[in-house]
Amino acid sequence: MTDAITAEGLVKNFGKTQALAGAGFSAAAGTVLGVLGPNGAGKTTAVRILTTLLPPDGGHASVGGYDVVGDAHQVRQLIGLTGQYASVDDGLSGTNNLVMIGRLLGLSRATARARAAELLSRFDLTDAASRPVKTYSGGMRRRIDLAASLVGRPQVLFLDEPTTGLDPQARSDVWDMIRMLVADGVTVLLTTQYLDEADQLADDIVVIDHGRVIATGTPDELKAKVGGQVLEVVPADSGRLGDVAEILANWTGSEPVAETGARQLTAQVANASLLPGIVRQLDEDGIELAEFSLRKSSLDEVFLTLTGHRAEDELALAAGAAGGRTARETEKAAR
Amino acid sequence: MTTATVPALSPARHLSPLTGVRNSLTLTWRSVLKIRTNSEDLIGLSLQPIMFLLLFVYVFGGAIAGSPKGYLQYVLPGILVQTVLFATLGTGLMLNQDISAGIFDRFRSLPIARWAPLAGAILGDVTRYVISVVVTVGFGMILGFRVTTNPLAAIGACLLVLAFALAMCWISALIGMVVKSPQGVQTFGFTAMFPIVFASGLLVPITTMPGWLQAFAKANPMTLLAAACRGLMVGGPVGSYAWESMVWALGICAVFAPLAVRAYRRRA
Repeated sequence: MTDAITAEGLVKNFGKTQALAGAGFSAAAGTVLGVLGPNGAGKTTAVRILTTLLPPDGGHASVGGYDVVGDAHQVRQLIGLTGQYASVDDGLSGTNNLVMIGRLLGLSRATARARAAELLSRFDLTDAASRPVKTYSGGMRRRIDLAASLVGRPQVLFLDEPTTGLDPQARSDVWDMIRMLVADGVTVLLTTQYLDEADQLADDIVVIDHGRVIATGTPDELKAKVGGQVLEVVPADSGRLGDVAEILANWTGSEPVAETGARQLTAQVANASLLPGIVRQLDEDGIELAEFSLRKSSLDEVFLTLTGHRAEDELALAAGAAGGRTARETEKAAR
Repeated sequence: MTTATVPALSPARHLSPLTGVRNSLTLTWRSVLKIRTNSEDLIGLSLQPIMFLLLFVYVFGGAIAGSPKGYLQYVLPGILVQTVLFATLGTGLMLNQDISAGIFDRFRSLPIARWAPLAGAILGDVTRYVISVVVTVGFGMILGFRVTTNPLAAIGACLLVLAFALAMCWISALIGMVVKSPQGVQTFGFTAMFPIVFASGLLVPITTMPGWLQAFAKANPMTLLAAACRGLMVGGPVGSYAWESMVWALGICAVFAPLAVRAYRRRA
């Protein structure tokens, strides 16, 4: 199977800020690559380079075998792009936006109209087709953005945070649309801050932090990479949390984590064969258990282990600092 | 699985110039459509010359020319020039909005000519300039303005103003690319336009101005353009004024079009 997207050693600086510091990854044709990372990790910059909007300062990238710098015109014929910065025209109706893109792509008037109608119905926007896009809700807006990137039947689709800011229902609608596209054989590169989104949609995941790839693999591989499994212990008597923590630390060799105010301790367990020993020790010390369970680590924990910070903390922090600015604006400010 | 994703035809290597022209026309269609659907812009565009005509003719007319009626014959060509000049600000404004809103990024990710969005915006704006001209002359005639030469000459005056607007819109486009926000384009644009409009022969004869200002006003291309229009609409010398104002238009194009295109390539 050939790679539809390859990136090697991508470097991009905006003034003193280094957005990408040698990121590299690839996506096989017909698969979904999830690019996961907190705000400011360099995800949007990577997408802008791959979609020919921004030249890299270093490294190479190609889409469908064409270099994004040297063969930009060919690359543009293969790709579709949806992101908060690659938008549709607010002042035009849904239909006219799609017809305009169809005409720009060389479709005849009639074909462009037919294609627009087809996409609007597929994205459940037929009723709003003649209304200006500025009257659309957030979810509808994201769907028309997605429709706009599909007019030319792209082979490779770039979705930059397609569900950021959407409510759960609208999010799951967008997920369904993406699954539909993947079923058609389209290669998708999806950036997201949401771990569950990557887990749900991606065949492979690349974790980016501070402009570097810090981990790659399938969702299962990534979960396995980090300690593998998680032991959760709730003692019947919360007064004995300290004793439980000590036992867990001795047996697993990892520092157990207690959520503040919670009665539960969690610890990474590399090997399930340790469990009988831990149970015996707890029993010998007379600690009664309310709960004792082993589960696979979530991507959230993977992220925490890899980056040293929780994805959600980083999100809240970045949103506060940026005052809700879009990636594009942050990028501009950095320039 | 791979068969579905391998391209049936390999993508074209280059874009033909004809495709570029077609892209520009599609984007011109978009600009015109936007003007048609943006009623606020249309109302503002029409009210502005009406307001200027009413205020200048009835507030200053008597003081400047002895009577509003006499002043109207003098000032209408000037207000025509001024109105279209202000209308060119819309070009920069729209380009700036398109870039801020991310529409240009969508265009740039498509296999279309790089210059087409700029050409489309400017060609589409000619519609706005034509609306400004029609409203100004039409309302002027309602107030009592009369063409005393011949209709053909009057149309010539309007075409002269439109040609000049096509040059001035490159300055506006440059401001639109360089200034960060749409509000900035408004403020910066109007501030730059006021001295050009007022320190000229657009609204009053320049003979009463102090010497240093007269020198500026005489060199101001607006003075030349307004004088040419006056000649074509109500009689008087035309030749050298028309000719010199068009040299100015070409000069402005030669300087600002490349600057605007360069700024566009850098930013968009």
